[in-house]
Amino acid sequence: MSELFSQYNYVIVIVLMMTGLYIVFASRNLIKKLVGLSVFQTSVFLLYITVAKVKGGQPPILIEDKPYGVDKDGHALLEGPIQVAAGDGAFLLPGPGSDVLYSNPLPHVLILTAIVVGVATLAIGLALTVRIREVYHTIEEDEIQEMDFVYNLEGTAD
Amino acid sequence: MSLLAAAVEPAFLVPTLLLDICFLALLVVVAFAIVRMRSLFGIVMLQGVYSLLSAAWFVTLDAVDVAFTEAAVGAGVSTVLMLSAMLLADRQSTPVPMRRQLGALAVVVLAGAAMLYAVGDMPAFGDVNSPANSYVGMDFMAKTAEEVKIPNVVTAVLASYRGYDTFGEVVVIFSAGLGVLLLLGLNGNSGNWVARPNGQVINDRTAPSAGLYQDNRSEEQRAEAGQ
Amino acid sequence: MSDPDRDLERMLGRDPHVVLRVISKFLIPLIALFALYVQFHGDYGPGGGFQAGVILAASVILYALVFGLKAAKAAFPPRLIRYGMTLGVLLYGGTGVVTWFLGGEFLNYSVLAHDASHGQHYGILAVELGVLVTVTSVMIAIFYAFGSRQPETSNEDW
Repeated sequence: MSELFSQYNYVIVIVLMMTGLYIVFASRNLIKKLVGLSVFQTSVFLLYITVAKVKGGQPPILIEDKPYGVDKDGHALLEGPIQVAAGDGAFLLPGPGSDVLYSNPLPHVLILTAIVVGVATLAIGLALTVRIREVYHTIEEDEIQEMDFVYNLEGTAD
Repeated sequence: MSLLAAAVEPAFLVPTLLLDICFLALLVVVAFAIVRMRSLFGIVMLQGVYSLLSAAWFVTLDAVDVAFTEAAVGAGVSTVLMLSAMLLADRQSTPVPMRRQLGALAVVVLAGAAMLYAVGDMPAFGDVNSPANSYVGMDFMAKTAEEVKIPNVVTAVLASYRGYDTFGEVVVIFSAGLGVLLLLGLNGNSGNWVARPNGQVINDRTAPSAGLYQDNRSEEQRAEAGQ
Repeated sequence: MSDPDRDLERMLGRDPHVVLRVISKFLIPLIALFALYVQFHGDYGPGGGFQAGVILAASVILYALVFGLKAAKAAFPPRLIRYGMTLGVLLYGGTGVVTWFLGGEFLNYSVLAHDASHGQHYGILAVELGVLVTVTSVMIAIFYAFGSRQPETSNEDW
């Protein structure tokens, strides 16, 4: 089953990406276009995170190299597994002879920054849409182009 | 390493893969619903649903920091921003006739087919030895444990190893905020504007659209906006 | 804008949003506190300046949605936003300049303390604080900018 679905994520990412692109191309409404753009953007995030996943891995938050639930002097803190916040101890790292695996942190960092930049550009796009609406009183692209055409042709407002 | 991967296979297979398949299928359903929908309110809310679903999906793929950001930014703030922009703009999108969508459909199908052709060359899902998971990402992990000594590798890479990148990004956010303030102003000035392209003076009464628009504000609202 | 039904409710002393108001009064401090937790626990768990900034902004946005923009602007004045936006960027860049003067490269935090890893801790703390201040201010600024505009469409268009 794992082999069968090994490329499944990529196929879905492409479907989502093309759906977002289709919304941007086919709709005339500027806000719907922006929604399509953010669907497209999110599908790129999905691609990066898919690549970062390591089979059997865990989130890239390093585990400290000491028995669970034991403080620095070796006294038990709690029953059961807990993750102790770091002191100066060493961390468990993947490698030969180690049974711990982490997913790749680098794509996570790239996408983390991309998400916040995405909302900043979205805000700029929405602000432009609001200003366009105030000037043209519509946010449908073909109507805006028609008005521009008439204005350029006659140089007056009607 | 491959022996290790084989040993953890059954535990990995059942929950993660099933969640992965279900979440991605749901994302496709939501994206298609956005294509079909005309009410902008519905579209904006579905966009929030889409972000929240992808945040849940990020958690199943170990990207906890990304999931946190997506849930806060994508499902929270950007939905609020889109709703407030929609309140200022429009409620419905006018339908586009099918024959004018065919060109877009053709482009999308062709581009999608070209990308699907390349899918076979991508590394298998969860491959430990794929190029992306082999070099610099793993090095960051080892170096973080040695040099920075904080458990969250994502924070260490974000703030320290890729500090320039993050600095640039903070400047981008700052300029985006500046841009929005220049476009809209912190306190709003709806209905009053003037532009001077090439020496012509255009204001809200002489704009291309002025004759097409009926001012349905009351007198006092107009006076308030005029102040 | 004024809704006769709501005015009547007010006169009779019945606030239709009383549950909303009480619950958000309870929640807003908790959200702000959670933002601080996310900020300062970002070294040990998921979180950091970006997430904390957005959550802190969300608490102000919730306040504005429930109690009105005027009350929110009194609680978090626009003047503060203008300073905050620049202050965060300056804090981030200033950390880099300080490391310059201490003999390191731009944004090389190892020179900030005698021990290199302690220097990294201080540097990350300062930089994340800068990110928090900028992101919070920009998000609130964008919300204020959109919220302060007067919608031209009347309520009947809904």
